[in-house]
Amino acid sequence: MLKDMMTRFELYRPTALADAYELIDQFGAGAWLMAGGQDSLDWFKDRAKQPRAVIELSQIEGMTGVRETADGVEIGALTTLAEIEENALVRERYGLLVSAASHVASPQIRNVGTIGGNLCQDTRCWYYRAGLSCYRAGGNICYADSPEGMNREHCLFGASRCVAVSPSDTAPALVALDASMVVSSRKGERVVRAERFFVGPDVDIQRMTALQPGEILTAIRIPSAFSSANFYFEKVAERKTWDFALVSVAAALRIESGTIRDARIVCGGVECRPRRMRDAEDAIRGREQNAETAGAAARRSAGGARPLRYNEYKIPLVENLVTRAVRDA
Amino acid sequence: MKGIAVSTTVNGDAVEFVCDARETLLDVLRNHLGLTGAKEGCGTGDCGACSVLLDGQLVCSCLVLGAEVEGREIETVEGMADGDRLHPLQKRFLEHAALQCGVCTPGFLVAAKALLERNSNPSESEIRYALAGNLCRCTGYDKIVHAVHAAAGDLRRQQKARKKRKAAG
Repeated sequence: MLKDMMTRFELYRPTALADAYELIDQFGAGAWLMAGGQDSLDWFKDRAKQPRAVIELSQIEGMTGVRETADGVEIGALTTLAEIEENALVRERYGLLVSAASHVASPQIRNVGTIGGNLCQDTRCWYYRAGLSCYRAGGNICYADSPEGMNREHCLFGASRCVAVSPSDTAPALVALDASMVVSSRKGERVVRAERFFVGPDVDIQRMTALQPGEILTAIRIPSAFSSANFYFEKVAERKTWDFALVSVAAALRIESGTIRDARIVCGGVECRPRRMRDAEDAIRGREQNAETAGAAARRSAGGARPLRYNEYKIPLVENLVTRAVRDA
Repeated sequence: MKGIAVSTTVNGDAVEFVCDARETLLDVLRNHLGLTGAKEGCGTGDCGACSVLLDGQLVCSCLVLGAEVEGREIETVEGMADGDRLHPLQKRFLEHAALQCGVCTPGFLVAAKALLERNSNPSESEIRYALAGNLCRCTGYDKIVHAVHAAAGDLRRQQKARKKRKAAG
């Protein structure tokens, strides 16, 4: 395939959200919002996406940095992953997000890639990324779930015609922290819980987030509920760097004198959105944090999984990661 | 074709160029400015051969558009030596045979420089973490890590000597 041969586009660098909305209106489906570009340029070079207008958001004021709020912190969507890794406030209270951010891609990419871009990036399904006309691309077939499909990286849960998984490392961490997404548009602002922000193919097969055309993710709010809780993050990938999770786990546990008071456990790489392990959470609330409790959580983490031809290995992977998360958080 | 006029600073010099919206910083450096140190290995951010510093931050120049560097400062491998005098990292890479084909070397040198500017005495794991975005398919990584470690010592000694001269002067 031709690499590094981007099709022609107009580049816009608006300095205010209002100008960005105007451009989105003007170009409609031909507009592409770019928040760092570390994945965008890959799409353009592959020619799998051919926008008419690229709207590069970095010049918009007020969308970077970490601010303390009455109930936690607010992170501008254009804050780079490296800035999050190094931010003192986030390090002190939300080590889970620091750990997730530090596992994204490579130092180079974390220096330019933003948290908003990381959350809104499209799936890595290789059929879709190759520009094939699959369901997600508006066609009428899923190549990954066909008899000869290579699907070892695809989903265990929530398949609905499409079997792609969410690629973001930071998304499971933010769901575990019960974060909210601030979504802005010409109509104003709406706040969406992280858990509802990521959507499966049953809700919308062509999008991975609740963002509608004309909307921009402007900030992420993390409440204090799990501030400085016990955290666990682990990402299993084929390479230690610049790779996407086969399965990841992000867990936030509130532990008081050895007893788990509250828990949120979320896996990446198993569904089209971060998957909350609710049954596992229910199984451990009120119990002592030990190997036995961890085992109980693990046994309830893969219920309902529907493996494809080549991804059954993800089931024990999920169980083992949940075990470690509950035992070692 | 409408060009985009960009003013920037490259290795300390004010530079102006006109590029197409689709041209990356790497295209601009190599094709417009004649700075061919940064290499295109993959074009997708996997290999790090195109690494440069943008406002002091290590980036893949193949994943930054030329138009995005307006008003910013770029440092490339060409800016590391002082005339004929090689940077300690360059010297140590030669001494430790930390390269064979050399395609990855400019990226490794710039990435190592970025590390040593933040951390003058990195541990082996800190060096490996900082160089994780750079691939080498010839020598492997041990020689590179040893070279960076040795250069870090050189730079610390230089710094110390400079301080001493200052105190004496």
